[in-house]
Amino acid sequence: MKALVSVKRVVDYNVRIQVKSDGSGVVTDGVKHSMNPFDEIAMEEAVRQKEKGKITEIVAVTIGGDKNEETLRSALAFGADRAIHIKEAGEVQPLTAAQAFAAVMKKEGAQVLFTGKQAIDDDANQTGQMVAALLDIAQATFASKVELDAGKATVTREVDAGLETLEVDLPAVITTDLRLNEPRYLKLPDIMKAKKKPVEAVSLGDLGVQAAAPVKHVKTANPPVRGKGVVVKTVDELVSALKGKGLVS
Amino acid sequence: MSKVLIVAEHANGKLNSSTAKAVTAAQKLGGDVEVVVLAADGAAVAGEAAKLAGVKAVLQVDNAANKDPLAAVLAPQVAELAKARSASHVLVAGSTFGRDLMPRVAALLGVPQVSDIMLVHGPSKFDRPTYAGNAIVTVETTASPVVATVRMASFAAATSGAAVGIEKVTTSAKLPTHTRYLGIESHKSERPDLQSAGRVVSGGRALASGENFNKFIVPLADKLGAAIGASRAAVDSGYVPNDMQVGQTGKIIAPELYVAIGISGAIQHLAGIKDARTIVAINKDPEAPIFEVADIGLVGDLFQILPELTSKL
Repeated sequence: MKALVSVKRVVDYNVRIQVKSDGSGVVTDGVKHSMNPFDEIAMEEAVRQKEKGKITEIVAVTIGGDKNEETLRSALAFGADRAIHIKEAGEVQPLTAAQAFAAVMKKEGAQVLFTGKQAIDDDANQTGQMVAALLDIAQATFASKVELDAGKATVTREVDAGLETLEVDLPAVITTDLRLNEPRYLKLPDIMKAKKKPVEAVSLGDLGVQAAAPVKHVKTANPPVRGKGVVVKTVDELVSALKGKGLVS
Repeated sequence: MSKVLIVAEHANGKLNSSTAKAVTAAQKLGGDVEVVVLAADGAAVAGEAAKLAGVKAVLQVDNAANKDPLAAVLAPQVAELAKARSASHVLVAGSTFGRDLMPRVAALLGVPQVSDIMLVHGPSKFDRPTYAGNAIVTVETTASPVVATVRMASFAAATSGAAVGIEKVTTSAKLPTHTRYLGIESHKSERPDLQSAGRVVSGGRALASGENFNKFIVPLADKLGAAIGASRAAVDSGYVPNDMQVGQTGKIIAPELYVAIGISGAIQHLAGIKDARTIVAINKDPEAPIFEVADIGLVGDLFQILPELTSKL
């Protein structure tokens, strides 16, 4: 069974992001980037399924400019067998990414797409579901447990009301949530080995995809700042502060 | 003139309060608001939706295939109705239900989606949070229809009004059979619902065990009539189930009072509580980032503070 894993290069999750003063976006130049943490979980899951013998080949895919190759190299160091870089210099929004990944999924004949439930930059939470819709295949989002069998998968999903379980026929899209696994620490030999693994470059045109009309970003701003609070010294002071705000009687 | 189609979220024959928040967002778009109820037998849910102030009509789509909330089954029906009703907007609350469903609807309609609308500037111009709420982007879309999810913490629930008419409709959408619902494991609780509670008490890693949650957090929550939440660390450590997680990837809430106990305040957690009216933090580390957002902070050992606080309230 072949698995496709789509990964995204994002500003590292430890970076305190800065909004540009002209409102045109956030500062990304000179800022540490890494693989979207949810995509790392997707990558780890594919590798574990391969180690269990459920998956035979893992293909990593990304869409974006030249620097995205770093992210693909990380995916290869995790254990992807090869990678596909859909080259696109401009901003890529979820619908376009989904159209491209759907085309790759079809071309590769992959049985499952693993991807993070959302990227921590745009927090859109759309791409996986859109791929599934475009291919008219099943989706299991927010996965916290995945069992792959011949032709189907049983997936436990983290939903607002608890843990939901679905059975889906393959091919399917599975988007990964935090508690699915803990991604491995990449070791130097694996990072070195990844440098020799093949990365194929393709364009949207090669895939027969036309970029979708984007949602326009008018401006980016800082969130409203909360007023400065007070620090109290005792429980009695805390209780009277709560009473002062009318929160307790 | 806008015509907004809202997909109702429901379970066990009851309308989820998330839908009433989507109605409030829809009213800011102007125009008619219709709520569509997809269920096996949606009569009771449709009856509740019909009483939400600001709703013009309720569409009840009964189909045995709609028994469980499967995005793959519901999406083609929503997409067909969006076209049939000439909807200018298709909205759903940004719960896990809405986030699972709506991108599938958008892709079927061939339009982009706007996720997590937090402010409506106009029919096609919105604010939405990115980077865990640390950058607010104003977006404008030319797509038709506008497909979007609504950030629940940003909108109050619509109140009740006079009941409007319920129209039974059918769709001819071809429904897939590739997805089967096996069940849900829910933790039943008599407490207020975390998502809509006016008061929330949350515990973090410092609680150190599930027993301590019961011993220290529960009595305080009982005293305050509060729902109970948790940080990711507390859920990951197995102290409490996943449905109690508050934060960027858990529940994003906007209670009147939020009490964070033994929670350091990672940006991912803060993303879930920024809209709380009053944040109280109790933590032994005076440098913890939670104090940067807290309205009232108390530095100290929670195991000593909580019993005293609970007894003095």
